Amino acid sequence: MATSKVTTATFDADVLKSSTPVLVDFWAEWCGPCRAVGPILEEISDEYGSKIKIVKLNTDEESAIAIKYGITSIPSMYVFVNGEVVKQMVGAKPKPALLKELESFLV
Amino acid sequence: MSEVRNVVIVGSGPAGYTAAIYAARAQLDPIIYEGSVTAGGALMNTTEVENFPGFTDGVMGPDLMDSMRKQAKRFGAELITDDIVEMDLAGDVKILKDGSGNTVKAKSVILATGSAYREIGLVNEKRLSGHGVSWCATCDGFFFRGQTIAVVGGGDSAVEEATFLTRFADKVVLIHRRGELRASKIMAERAKANPKIEFLWNTEVIDVLGADKVEGLQLRNTVDGTESERAFTGLFVAIGHIPRSELLVGQITLDNEGYVICEGRSTRTNLKGVFACGDLVDHTYRQAITAAGSGCAAALDAEKFLAH
Repeated sequence: MATSKVTTATFDADVLKSSTPVLVDFWAEWCGPCRAVGPILEEISDEYGSKIKIVKLNTDEESAIAIKYGITSIPSMYVFVNGEVVKQMVGAKPKPALLKELESFLV
Repeated sequence: MSEVRNVVIVGSGPAGYTAAIYAARAQLDPIIYEGSVTAGGALMNTTEVENFPGFTDGVMGPDLMDSMRKQAKRFGAELITDDIVEMDLAGDVKILKDGSGNTVKAKSVILATGSAYREIGLVNEKRLSGHGVSWCATCDGFFFRGQTIAVVGGGDSAVEEATFLTRFADKVVLIHRRGELRASKIMAERAKANPKIEFLWNTEVIDVLGADKVEGLQLRNTVDGTESERAFTGLFVAIGHIPRSELLVGQITLDNEGYVICEGRSTRTNLKGVFACGDLVDHTYRQAITAAGSGCAAALDAEKFLAH
């Protein structure tokens, strides 16, 4: 399953009310490390889409949400379960490192 | 995979890509591991590079790296966007393992893994990383619009970051341990002329304050030891780099700061068939052009080694 785009309008339904865990990738076009980690998140989404939903939030377009969650570095990857942030990861990481961090959501 | 390649290049800044260009043109059929999230190297997080020869009006760091990458590809270098996670470099056949679990064997290896950001080493610096503490002005400057932020460091990167951050921040305070900058004159003059930049000389950061996000810094005057606190909403750390040589410990001779030691003016390491270039070996110059130059030298050294 490919990643999808989330906006202020869809954040509530797609993230906060999701029945599966959701990883929100806070990113922007001009951020090199965001572009580097993007394809890795696509792969993880393809492989583990049934366990964890991966959505991308463009911090340029949806700055209100980024501010609400106190984002000051991108990429920031936050995992939401039942509307709560349960994990925060900052900075681009290689795939094995990301999978390790996400281990508990992928079983 | 039982095929033994001529040369594997590890790392993809100006050094790695230049080595790939030369090795590919020498028909050595190189394979280059660019890094899964570090492809393109340190220049990917910069803006305009004004001093790379041949670009009259300057060039954006990521564009320069993209051109080098394409040039390597044009001559047939095999580009792999993955990390090397293990290396066994001692034998005649070098064995390397990538992040996906694949193994590659080669007669020679060019190490060009570059350097990583140096941290101040404070507990709260790590804790508040991503919550106001940043190592990447081009990534994160946007989030500090209208705020007062600090940059720590005194070299070219610190001054470049401070200057770049004035696009967003109301005020940027450059905190430096010494009484004068190490940065190049043109960059220092530009920063000094910028009304949004304030200099805090002879000052070091001894703690980062804030519960969930950066609220201020605890500072110490390096001359008289006076301690003080000042409010900031962001801290950008630009105090230099450390060589990314952790996989080489115990195999390759490193100096006490972790840089690879090369033989004389060559790129030859202590191991036969293993060459090193770029920021991984360079204490001193650390420029895109010097990295590219040493990448070229490494490819030529490897070519000569393979011919014998």
